[in-house]
Amino acid sequence: MFEKPDELKELFNSKSKEIKAVSDVEQLRIEFLGKKGFVSGLMQELRNVPNEHKKEAGQKINEIKQYIENSISEKMEEIKKLEEKLLIDSAEAYDESMPVSKDMGSYHPITLVKREVEEIFKGMGFTVEDYSEITDDYNCFEALNIPKYHPARDMQDTYYLSSNQLLKTHTSAAQNTILRKYKSNLDSGNPIRAIFPGRCFRNEKIDACHENTFFQMEGIMVDKNISISNLIYFMKTMLSEVFKTDITVRLRPGFFPFVEPGFELDIQCLICNGKGCPSCKDSGWLELCPCGMIHPNVLTAAGIDPEEYIGFAFGLGLTRLAMMRYGVNDIRLFNSGNLRELSQFTEKNFSRPVNE
Amino acid sequence: MFVSINWIKDYVDLDGLDIKKLIDNFTLATAEVEDVYYKGKDIENVVVGKIISVENHPESKKLHLLKVDAGSKVCNIVCGAPNVREGIKVALALAPGRVPDGEIKVATVGGYESEGMCCSAKELGISDDHSGIMEITADAPCGTDIKEILPIEDIIFEIDNKSLTNRPDLWGHYGIAREFSALTGRPLKPLAMGDLSYNGDYSVPVTIGREDLIYRYTALKMEGITVNESPMWMQIRLYYCGMRAINLLADVTNYIMLEVGQPTHAFNAQCIDHIRVDTPKEKMQFTTLDSVERTIDEDTLMIYNNDTPVAIAGIMGGLDSEIVDNTGSVVLESACFDGVSIRKSSSRLGHRTDSSARYEKMLDPQLTADAVGRFVYLVESIDSGAKVASKLTDVYVRKYPAITISFDKKYVDRYTGIEISDERIIDTLKSLGFGVEYNSGEFKVDVPSWRATKDVTIKADIIEEITRIYGYDNFNITTTLSPLKPAPADYGKQEEEEIKDILVKRFSLHEVNSYIWCDGKKFKKLGMDVEDNVKVLNIENSDNGVLRNSMVPTLICMANENKSFSDYYGIFEIGRIVDGTDSDGACNEKKHLGIVLYDKSGDEKSLYFKGIEIVNTLVSQIKQSKPAFEKIEPAHNWQHPKNTAAIIAGDKNVGVINTLYPSVKTKFDKTAAVVCIEIDIDAFNSVSASQIVFSKKSEMQPIYYDLSVVLGPDHKFSDIEKCWTCENIEELESYEVIDTFERLGVRSITVRFNFVAMDRTLEMTEVQKYIGKILENLSEIGVVLKA
Repeated sequence: MFEKPDELKELFNSKSKEIKAVSDVEQLRIEFLGKKGFVSGLMQELRNVPNEHKKEAGQKINEIKQYIENSISEKMEEIKKLEEKLLIDSAEAYDESMPVSKDMGSYHPITLVKREVEEIFKGMGFTVEDYSEITDDYNCFEALNIPKYHPARDMQDTYYLSSNQLLKTHTSAAQNTILRKYKSNLDSGNPIRAIFPGRCFRNEKIDACHENTFFQMEGIMVDKNISISNLIYFMKTMLSEVFKTDITVRLRPGFFPFVEPGFELDIQCLICNGKGCPSCKDSGWLELCPCGMIHPNVLTAAGIDPEEYIGFAFGLGLTRLAMMRYGVNDIRLFNSGNLRELSQFTEKNFSRPVNE
Repeated sequence: MFVSINWIKDYVDLDGLDIKKLIDNFTLATAEVEDVYYKGKDIENVVVGKIISVENHPESKKLHLLKVDAGSKVCNIVCGAPNVREGIKVALALAPGRVPDGEIKVATVGGYESEGMCCSAKELGISDDHSGIMEITADAPCGTDIKEILPIEDIIFEIDNKSLTNRPDLWGHYGIAREFSALTGRPLKPLAMGDLSYNGDYSVPVTIGREDLIYRYTALKMEGITVNESPMWMQIRLYYCGMRAINLLADVTNYIMLEVGQPTHAFNAQCIDHIRVDTPKEKMQFTTLDSVERTIDEDTLMIYNNDTPVAIAGIMGGLDSEIVDNTGSVVLESACFDGVSIRKSSSRLGHRTDSSARYEKMLDPQLTADAVGRFVYLVESIDSGAKVASKLTDVYVRKYPAITISFDKKYVDRYTGIEISDERIIDTLKSLGFGVEYNSGEFKVDVPSWRATKDVTIKADIIEEITRIYGYDNFNITTTLSPLKPAPADYGKQEEEEIKDILVKRFSLHEVNSYIWCDGKKFKKLGMDVEDNVKVLNIENSDNGVLRNSMVPTLICMANENKSFSDYYGIFEIGRIVDGTDSDGACNEKKHLGIVLYDKSGDEKSLYFKGIEIVNTLVSQIKQSKPAFEKIEPAHNWQHPKNTAAIIAGDKNVGVINTLYPSVKTKFDKTAAVVCIEIDIDAFNSVSASQIVFSKKSEMQPIYYDLSVVLGPDHKFSDIEKCWTCENIEELESYEVIDTFERLGVRSITVRFNFVAMDRTLEMTEVQKYIGKILENLSEIGVVLKA
């Protein structure tokens, strides 16, 4: 009988048991299945087998060959798994809480507030206008129905320039220019809807609540039929958007020469819901926006007939809004350039939902 | 301004109304009430007492032991006031009771039990007089509650003066009472006036010099005045409204000012012979009744007696003509001066008074007569011996024109957007003193004199009157009916925001805001010149007057203050600068982006290239093109002579990049590196953006070819770059610098070229041909292959 295949199988099994590495498996494969391996050797020996046994012996060799091939690939899988396990076991588990590079830029908080408010207004069909920081007596006062010697010019201590101009004391200084820019649109049935954010300057002593350089935003809307009722509706809607909650507003008479009637708009305190708390000085209300119906003289100064057109205007203190939004209680932060504090404003735009 | 509800009640019946709610309504309809004080609420068990006996305290010189009749019983009181006397009536605070300063309990004072306290006026909160206990002259039995005989209980509210700037009529209680009348719909009672009739011929002579500065001057003489002190009710009202009792005549003039809003001045009649109202011929010194010597200039209106100055018109009287306690006869001045003139004088003098504050608001000249009538009425009712001693002198120089305004109902409807009935409009206007003529939808309104000095002039002003009394809280609010059209996009604005996003998100820079003027001190510290430019004329700190002509120096100062923030950072701002003036002398205002990069390690070169990278990114991301740099002469003393370069985008000069001048850098930080970039935003915005051009990339095998060349001292990369870009080699897909080397001043550079053809695999011979051409071009400019 042809006994060798069974011996070979035993030999293979015993060698296979010893194997620990992928390279050893390869070695084993060559030893048994290679051109000069044991299985080839058996094939050689088949020549010496008598013809009547050849078929049986051939089958046996094939079986053993099949067996070795399968065992080797199984062994290979087994060893690979083993090696992978070793690799995983020896790998480092990284500590995600380790400090990494803090290299992140920041926006000025005014930019963030401005972007948010501008988005709201753009959504309401308003154009966003740019205006200079330097202007003149005409635009800042005269065209706004604030004649010479009017007490309003005292109220706003103005920085006058050697160029016979001044640093604008309020964004209203842009009203005349912007009304003029768009007045031709009125006749073709397009209302004027514009906001103009900008930096304003007042000759004030600086302390935690006062800055001589700060941001405001002015808004105007002019059309054939604009009413006080529309103004209140608009302000309520707009402020509810800005504060992302339904706002309660109240209007009080306020004196600004460029509007008639003029109002101080208060919003119900968002901290105490009108019950009274330190941040609203126990009144339940916060004075927020001056607003009013554009004074006929202001429209006339811009070449718009006040008998035909009517409009409203409002102001929003962007610096003040930023202080409210971020809980900044010292206005000096904004122009300080103090990166330790300013670098906290990393968000691009916070009009996405945030957890309050 | 403080307002007394008791005083208002003199003129409007407020019985049965919720006063707190009324005051809230006043805020919404008229002017902001800042605070409400409930006077006398904290006074309990204070009664009229009569001192029966006074014994000296055996051990104390100050204290006395009193027996005081409190009506129901006689109390033992220990009292330290100097003016205790047997027989006088006092305000006796009994235990258990309360005064504003605290609770009254039975206590041992100086070893003796005291069952209460005799109060000074200050202790009752009705005066700041604490010189002794308050004597009560009223004919009231002992034990009477003090609140029954003195108007201690009152509600006082404080109005924000700012909200009254345009309402001269509200600077007195009578005007406020008119608002309450309109708000409650209850009638306004008339002011009680004295009888001015006088049988003699005398009138106070008055001559007006500067007619342009005065509307009306009235004067009246009174004599026979013997009462020196004003009654307690008047003193309490004055005190509650923020003034102090002085003497009868001064108190009455103050009372009238608080009541009708008209300042008056009582001169000692002995000092007045002939009143002249004029400005001084030259600067002079004058001592006002607060004993301050003031310099009066030629524009300040003065009151003279003949040629002797006796008062600064509308601001304050003089010391020499002051009313003293025994002044028996007075000349009352009740005048209407020009508001602007008074305001300017008072700000020149640096002296603002209750009187000048009212004149500034443009008072109604009609008020002068009301004030005289009230003066005579009050003085005569307090001092029965006082009588009018002259005819009224009334020089009415100028009148405000009467104002009549016509409008129709449609106008009101359109302006308000709601329906307010004709009756309501008529009632509201009438209650505020307007004359109203109404004829089927057409209104003709006469503005009352007290609103006609500047406040109400046009139709829109009438709308305010109607709507504020109607109540803005009662408005039905609706949206506009205007067509909705999309707002045109402003590309310049969009690009600015893109710039910010790139700088923050990609380069981790920090956005800051800085002042538009140069901080002289900080500039000097860093050795930067404050360059001549337009100045702020009235800035508080004189070092800071000059407007900046570049964003960079202010940012350098800011970066310098943040050295402890981090070892490596950059800041930026898009702000305004002034580039001198144009031909009209007006500022050339420009919007600039300023960037300052800081690196503590001091590797200036790589920081400079970081700056170049930032500029390249801005230009390529926003304009889809590549900027060029061109060395320029420094324009400022903080720029480095060698490393200052213009930034050119799309053939336009849009900005500058530079390192710091050595001495400035040393002052900033000896070892750190600083790089500055400034870009003119308007110029940048005007550069047109290139379209994105898509090109299909070849899938053939590329050939890489490296060239190492030696550059001469004046060669820039852009010079050698031209040597192949000028050939427009279609197969040259890209190139990059893979190595630079510098030793002993010799710079070499290795460029890797990537050649590929769209349609075939390139042969080396083809590439060799191109390289040969490039080498030829290079050698023409003196660049040779590295040995």
